[in-house]
Amino acid sequence: MARLNVNPTRMELSKLKGRIKSARRNHKLLKDKRDELMKQFLEIVRQNRDLRIKVEEALMRAHGSFTVASAVMSPEMLEQSLIYPKQSVSLGISYKNIMSVDVPRYDYKTENDDPSEIFPYGFAQTSGELDDAVSELSQILTDMLKLAEIEKSVQLLAQEIEKTRRRVNALEYVMIPQLNETIKYIKMKLDENERSNTIRLMKIKDMMIEETRGK
Amino acid sequence: MYKIAVIGDRDSVLGFKALGLHVVFAEELLEARRALHELAKEDYAVIYITEDLAVNMSADIDHYKDAVTPAIILIPGKTGSLGIGLEQVNNSVERAVGANIL
Repeated sequence: MARLNVNPTRMELSKLKGRIKSARRNHKLLKDKRDELMKQFLEIVRQNRDLRIKVEEALMRAHGSFTVASAVMSPEMLEQSLIYPKQSVSLGISYKNIMSVDVPRYDYKTENDDPSEIFPYGFAQTSGELDDAVSELSQILTDMLKLAEIEKSVQLLAQEIEKTRRRVNALEYVMIPQLNETIKYIKMKLDENERSNTIRLMKIKDMMIEETRGK
Repeated sequence: MYKIAVIGDRDSVLGFKALGLHVVFAEELLEARRALHELAKEDYAVIYITEDLAVNMSADIDHYKDAVTPAIILIPGKTGSLGIGLEQVNNSVERAVGANIL
């Protein structure tokens, strides 16, 4: 593992010791964060799968009813009946915080609360199958919004987990070994300097003794 | 307040019009892509799009994956589910965990 490019001084050594301490603490914290995120994620993703399967089935049923309705009615009639909706939906978003990830919570308001008021056409000229199809769709809407909410949460959490996992790995396998290596290198270098200093002094002492003997 | 939109071919999404959702008819890929980006710029928080169209525009959909709004959700069109919606969920799992564990 490559060591950092620093001067082998005591100053740098104490700086690096501080850095490795904070790197270790961050690594531990991020690991905890990753584990907790993962726990939440798996819970939500299971819900997501179940709900998606449920919604897809319900939608297929509604499509079926629609096909029947469009077989009974002419396409122009069908479109005319549906083109001006009576109902309108607006959506409010609030945010829920899961491990510092903001995930959306939708809550929707419909203009007409009465479920029998959603049909935007008179019953005289349309077929009964269309009524079924529309009321089926309106029942799915709640689940569809729930699905949107959960699926978005899953996507956002997945992104956050990926980010956290990368940070944990970078700290564990790059930063911390690198700092360790550098600290070791500086220590060795300093010790080496110490020894060469001692040797030099001894040598000079010897030379001075030799010189006084020679005189 | 935010709004909800549905993009898809006429037969698949006409019914949502009765519920008061904003419906955009798109038969062609190009129309769908343009509609998606336009809706995303406005205050649509949830955009449903049929799988038949979504299958060829995954790059456009991934573009909004990390943003909080809009949430782009795939729904099966009238021809039936292609399984892309579930596949997207699995992709998220793979992204988070590193392997598909479900």
